Amino acid sequence: MDTLTKTVGAESKMTQTMSGAEAVIQSLLAEDVDTVFGYPGGAIMPIYDALFDYQHFINHVLVRHEQGATHAAQGFARVSGRVGVCFATSGPGATNLITGLADAMIDSNPLVCITGQVASHLLGTDAFQETDVLGVSMAVTKWNCQVTKAEDIPGAIAKAFYIARSGRPGPVLIDITKDAQFGQLDFSYEPCEMIRSYVPRQKLYMDRAKEAAELINNAKKPFLLVGQGVILAQAEQEVLNLVEKADIPFAWTLMGLSAMPTDHELNMGMLGMHGNYAPNIKTNECDVLIAVGMRFDDRVTGDVSKYAKQAKVIHIEIDPAEIDKIIPADVPLVADAKEAVGALNELVLPNKHADWVNSFREAAAIEVEKVITQDLFPQKEGMTMGEVVRSVSQKLNGDGVLVTDVGQHQMAASRYFQFNKTRSNVTSGGLGTMGFALPAALGAKLGCPEREVVAVIGDGGFQMTLQELATIFQTNAAVKILILNNNFLGMVRQWQQLFFEKRYSFTEMVNPDFVKISEAYGIPALKVERRENLDEGIKTMLESEGPFLLEVIVEKEDNVFPMVPTGAAVSDIRLE
Amino acid sequence: MIRKYTISIFTENFFGLLNRITIIFTRRRINIESLTVSESEVKGVHRYTLVIKSEEEKVKKLVKQIEKLVDVLKAFYYINEETVFQEIALYKVSTHALKEGRNFERLIRDHHARMLTVESEFVVIEKTGHKEETQELLRQLQPFGVLEFARSGRVAVSKPMKKLSSYLREMEEEQLVTA
Repeated sequence: MDTLTKTVGAESKMTQTMSGAEAVIQSLLAEDVDTVFGYPGGAIMPIYDALFDYQHFINHVLVRHEQGATHAAQGFARVSGRVGVCFATSGPGATNLITGLADAMIDSNPLVCITGQVASHLLGTDAFQETDVLGVSMAVTKWNCQVTKAEDIPGAIAKAFYIARSGRPGPVLIDITKDAQFGQLDFSYEPCEMIRSYVPRQKLYMDRAKEAAELINNAKKPFLLVGQGVILAQAEQEVLNLVEKADIPFAWTLMGLSAMPTDHELNMGMLGMHGNYAPNIKTNECDVLIAVGMRFDDRVTGDVSKYAKQAKVIHIEIDPAEIDKIIPADVPLVADAKEAVGALNELVLPNKHADWVNSFREAAAIEVEKVITQDLFPQKEGMTMGEVVRSVSQKLNGDGVLVTDVGQHQMAASRYFQFNKTRSNVTSGGLGTMGFALPAALGAKLGCPEREVVAVIGDGGFQMTLQELATIFQTNAAVKILILNNNFLGMVRQWQQLFFEKRYSFTEMVNPDFVKISEAYGIPALKVERRENLDEGIKTMLESEGPFLLEVIVEKEDNVFPMVPTGAAVSDIRLE
Repeated sequence: MIRKYTISIFTENFFGLLNRITIIFTRRRINIESLTVSESEVKGVHRYTLVIKSEEEKVKKLVKQIEKLVDVLKAFYYINEETVFQEIALYKVSTHALKEGRNFERLIRDHHARMLTVESEFVVIEKTGHKEETQELLRQLQPFGVLEFARSGRVAVSKPMKKLSSYLREMEEEQLVTA
């Protein structure tokens, strides 16, 4: 069929007879999809065959492992606010999606994954590459379904996109049997706008908003927590208006990073286990705690029985199941953050809390003295992760997108990278998936090609998905890869040092030559081992036009501090 | 306080949903004591009735997780006093038991049970009631030789008068307001 004669988008109600496979592509076009991450295989071949005619409309990125497709789609979704789309075949193709689905589920990333499935008459027969994908993915998807008839494809895809992006976003999987892909249908596409059993957002109760505003107006020590919900609801400006009007210091969760500028005068830094000192200890001193779009993860709360007991808690959250799940809310506002904080702005009076705000700065000064100075201006020979990250960040003037993997480097980067723009932080927060960063950075770069994307990765995590270097090379996506190499699984080693009597059980790594690996994949690379070469190395990386890998050898046995030990109260945060 | 809770879930009639619901219990290590699924008074809406032993704090969170499922319309939890509930039990007993005469007949009558069928080798007795009652009849039938016993899950209707249809209307209005 001639590509040029294809009609795209199918916005008209006119129907057109086509195969189920082509209907998949047409449905994606109707949802404005222009990028798909995937990997072909037997059961999804009809869809790939249909895609062949639409290469000018959909950029298909051929990953090297299906897990990479999911993380790339997550990175794409996180920076762009759009739905990330993946293709995979049945059986192993589909099971390889599971880690990414679980990651997207816990971090609320909108994904639509389409898997091929064996023909419907073979279901349940242990056919070649047959897996119960619905069953296997059920616990890690917001919704999933199986389609066995061509005519059901447009409806299923419409529903999938609506569910993935509405309310609290999440991953959705559609499993399409091969006979449904081959079957014919009269295609027409109607976007899904409502599902009767599903209320993605509830209406805001103004009485509750008034209660919340009264608490805030009477607070002497208010403290606001910024979660990813602020970014998802595009409520950044509303939150800034609120904290500025009522003079409320705020801190962000790992997932809330970049929602506001790092250097905003009321921004007190990051919460949680390796967050900043002031926001952690002040959590247990504030009188009103305003949590916006966050879920009180155990890495944020420490011991819940000693968490903010003295405070009245206002919890603004779109997902009703999060209310009272971990921390009981005195005033719950089940609503979209933009709407709820917008309403609060009307009700909250201008205020000043100079002494309270100042007390954060005093606490922060202690952290600067005990931790930050050593991290950023070390006196020792070996380089720290903090100084490397800060140096990259400064050269980007806060405009870069930071993608991190999981472990010590993730915490160092989250603490020392500086942000100017929202949607600039991509990390695996809830699931803690090592191997996330490299494919996620590729997806992020495709989601915002005009921005500089830097993936900061440890030597351990890099080796979990390094095959995606090939995808980066093939797409020539200008991802900057920064490996902070300490030849250790550093975070586990840190715990072994602190809590397991320095019994370093299987955490030391004998690593390959990362520069050679990168060059073998056609990506220029450089290794920096001494501080005097660091600036030059970072400049070379950032100035290179295409992708680039910079390996920096950092101090072997550094620890990330501050730290709230597991089971301790946030106020018992350790500085050393 | 650990006690019995009846959980009523109203859903769309899609396959796979039972699995989606039960994994919520599995993940939280809550054992399902009984489960029945049937149609409800609203056409196309299915009703799950589950009985679990747990604490109210946990049940509250559990019900929220269930209600979060896209294809679940509404979920409620009740203590026994807030519902009217029944179970049905069937007992297959050797026909020889009949020959025991008055004792056996009396037992059936005292328990308000009934004989469903009399075959040459066995009889089937039916009793509806709460678990304690059907269990008690089982105990008393044991001397006669019980060949088979089966008890259904609980079916329950709630005492509060608000109708499912009015909940559905509210949900629809909510969606229109926020759309």
